Amino acid sequence: MSVAIELKGVTKSFGNTAIIRGVDLAVPRGERHAIIGPNGAGKSTLFNLISGRYAVSQGSILLNGESITGLKPFEINRRGLSRSFQVTNIFQRMSVFENIRCAVLWSLGYKYSFWHRLGGLKDANQRAEEVMESIGLKRRRDTPAGVLSYAEQRALEIGVTIAGGAEVILLDEPTAGMSRTETADAVELIRNVSQGKTLIMVEHDMGVVFDLADRISVLVYGEIIACDAPQNIRRNQAVQEAYLGTEAH
Amino acid sequence: MAKLKYRPINLGRWIVWGGTALVMIMLPLILTAGFTLTLLSQIGIGIIFALSYNMLLGQGGMLSFGHAVYAGLGAYFTVHALNLIGKGSFTIPVTLLPLVGGAAGLVFGVIFGYVTTKKSGTTFAMISLGIGEMVFSCSLMFPEFFGGEGGITTNRVIGQPFLGITYGPAIQVYYLIVAWALACMAAMFAWTQTPLGRMANAVRDNPERAEFVGYDTHMVRFLTLVLSGFFAGIAGGLTCLNYEIVTAENVGALRSAGVLFATFIGGAGFFFGPIIGSIVFYTMVTAVGTLTKAWAFYLGLLFLVMVLYAPGGFASLMVMHVPVIRARLMRRLWLPYAACVVTGMVLLTGLMSLVEIAYHYSLEANTAPEMTLFDFTFNVTDATPWTVATGLLVGGFIISRFAWKAVGRAWADIVHVMQEKGAA
Amino acid sequence: MEFFLISMLNSLSYGLLLFMLSSGLTIIFSMMGVLNFAHASFYMIGAYFAYQISTYIGFWPALALAPLLVGAVGMAVERYGLRTVHKYGHVAELLFTFGLAYLIEETVHLIWGRASVPYKVPPSLEGAAFTLFSTDYPIYRVFMMAVSVSMLIGIYLALTRSRIGLVIQAALTHPQTVEALGHNVPRVFMLVFGGGSALAGLAGVIGGNAFITEPNMAAAVGPIVFVVVVVGGMGSLAGAFLASLLIGVLQTFSVALDYSFVDLFSRLGITVGPHTPLAPLWDLTISQTAPVLPYLLMVLMLIFRPKGIMGTREG
Repeated sequence: MSVAIELKGVTKSFGNTAIIRGVDLAVPRGERHAIIGPNGAGKSTLFNLISGRYAVSQGSILLNGESITGLKPFEINRRGLSRSFQVTNIFQRMSVFENIRCAVLWSLGYKYSFWHRLGGLKDANQRAEEVMESIGLKRRRDTPAGVLSYAEQRALEIGVTIAGGAEVILLDEPTAGMSRTETADAVELIRNVSQGKTLIMVEHDMGVVFDLADRISVLVYGEIIACDAPQNIRRNQAVQEAYLGTEAH
Repeated sequence: MAKLKYRPINLGRWIVWGGTALVMIMLPLILTAGFTLTLLSQIGIGIIFALSYNMLLGQGGMLSFGHAVYAGLGAYFTVHALNLIGKGSFTIPVTLLPLVGGAAGLVFGVIFGYVTTKKSGTTFAMISLGIGEMVFSCSLMFPEFFGGEGGITTNRVIGQPFLGITYGPAIQVYYLIVAWALACMAAMFAWTQTPLGRMANAVRDNPERAEFVGYDTHMVRFLTLVLSGFFAGIAGGLTCLNYEIVTAENVGALRSAGVLFATFIGGAGFFFGPIIGSIVFYTMVTAVGTLTKAWAFYLGLLFLVMVLYAPGGFASLMVMHVPVIRARLMRRLWLPYAACVVTGMVLLTGLMSLVEIAYHYSLEANTAPEMTLFDFTFNVTDATPWTVATGLLVGGFIISRFAWKAVGRAWADIVHVMQEKGAA
Repeated sequence: MEFFLISMLNSLSYGLLLFMLSSGLTIIFSMMGVLNFAHASFYMIGAYFAYQISTYIGFWPALALAPLLVGAVGMAVERYGLRTVHKYGHVAELLFTFGLAYLIEETVHLIWGRASVPYKVPPSLEGAAFTLFSTDYPIYRVFMMAVSVSMLIGIYLALTRSRIGLVIQAALTHPQTVEALGHNVPRVFMLVFGGGSALAGLAGVIGGNAFITEPNMAAAVGPIVFVVVVVGGMGSLAGAFLASLLIGVLQTFSVALDYSFVDLFSRLGITVGPHTPLAPLWDLTISQTAPVLPYLLMVLMLIFRPKGIMGTREG
């Protein structure tokens, strides 16, 4: 069983404030891993560190055994890691189809080509259609992304994240702000697209977490206080204290 | 069963491109006044220049204050090449000479572009300004290449005529410009439909997201600038052939500002925007320039007003009426627009009068205090013309505000009706 | 020695003038994210207003009035112009200030014509302040430095010791938070923009008669101010100060030095003649290259240290 993502002693400080304090984490290939924790624990910061948006203050991050510490986001993405954002981060002026097509271009090797006609790229167009179908936005194909409803935008966000075929997927609060039915649809979508891939997910919705995750890590004040299967986490005392506080005696 | 492909848009595209080509070819035969050929040639070159600039601004989201560098250096290399051909050092057909300019623009795009595209936004704009100033300052330092104050002159009629074409007469140069303009327009349009072109849009809209789908934003911007420099260089080469002289002005700040104005006024958000912008810009400069000394002032005022109230340019103003025409609601706008025109004329008359009187006053109050404006003759040292002009200006502004409010109301109604129709 | 000292003094007075301009620009940029392309235009109209006022009532009233007028213009620009384009983003703001700079130059053409105007140093400030070796150092240059330094000290005190200064400092980095705390941030912006413009205007009042007052003066000094801001680091006042002095020294000394690579080579024993490759390059004297040097410095800075000497905030 090989390790897809490994964090060793990762620390991140902004000025004098340490946000992430020595995180060790190893996610095996094919696992669906959730990271939960109270607000301000540093979950998004952790994602930003893994995906290269922020630089680590200390420690190292390995992707499939190779160090990706200090690499730029596009370098990390090209090595097979892709992420979604908590605040929807898509190309607002482009249509749904164009958004997804942009996300597949590099992985299909078109790079900086200015001699290929976009309309004639069969593989890119086909892949974009497939992804669009899988996220359920086929009927909104030519709608500008900025006009979509919130849940549709979140779905598009996931679509853009997975379209490039990355093996390791990071999803940052994918169901934030969704209604119950929208969440259920999103969970199905996430389950499908993460089939056979490694998924790391930050979530607040415990229903989603316990539905999807193989293992859960709990992040509190920048440290992982527990990392175990869902049923064990549920029973873990330290986790309960962190979320609910200790009982007054 | 074979899939039938229904592509009505393609026919439309052929009509648009074919029509454009036809118009460009036929215009000088219809409008035969003396200055039209000069103006049309200017517009033709300007279209290539502005479209190349829009690769940066509209497509790539990069505001450059120094784009004339690539066109100007292209012009310089072309003029030297032409002179060398004249001396017999080597031969390229004059028809293909703009490619020399293009090559120069491309090379300098590589040299300057790598450094400047490391940054984006405001910083990029300032660096582009600095590089423009740097190249312009260099022009006086290297007179052998830049020709010092007088520039470098040349003769485009050299070598053997090709099918009777010597490029002596201006009309032949015009058709050369048309040919290059159509080729460049097609090429630059095609670029927008390529992976690099589309990713340039992506980097413009959301550079972070572009990085996270695997693209190095620096590289995308860099390559966009290099290609933009290539086309700018072609425009420079044509400038050299058209005027047979290249001076430091060709790399100067004024020319960079001009292409920025033209592109922006036309509309950076649409491919055809810079085309409209070039037409408006050069027509204004030429036509208005012959009528008044204050044309630069009016141009600046137009630009400023458009930045404030119509940042999408004329192209966006046109395009925003398309859904209204389709919904057959245009008739609601005729009256408010007519009101705007009438009140606007009062306002403009006041403004123009004031500006012209002020100009005349500052230049010639002591020597020739009389002037004629709109068939009225008066003395600029009297108070009357000043008060009349100011009155027209202020009064025109007041009544225009009513007209503008009426337009605003008409549009709000139209949007309301269209939303209801859409919902139904 | 004499040349060195005189040039250093001149560099100081010019550098302080540059800092008056670049500090206003930096503060406006740090607070509002707007790079005011028309900042040098306010410098220019400061000089022109001072000229016009001094022909009616003399230099000293002009020194007080002209900056206030320019400040008023600046406030109007912010209130009626910038606020409207703010919603279209930074590119639109930059385009607006760019168009404004152009229009201001054309308006100056309109009112005062294209030639330079005879804005002169007042008689009370003519003459030499002191004599250094054999050169008389002009009183006016000393006056310029005195005005610059006292203005800058005044601003420093106002920013750090007054309540409004505290609000401005906070709004420099966190405008939304400051607004949420109940301060009228749009009014603060208007005041800061007006203040920065007034500062530029003051620089124009004292600089316009030391150097030349003509419609081209904004276009001549504007790009240099941008170089200062980029070299010093966008958003850093200390960086702008250092860079102003550096550019002041660079421009003052380079114009006066006539050495070229040919001289350097001959010292090393290499002779360069007209047939040496790149001869025109070696022949160039430093004074010939003087106009290019600030921009060259900027480009080098951007290659090797993109955030400038003390840069904090990115464009």
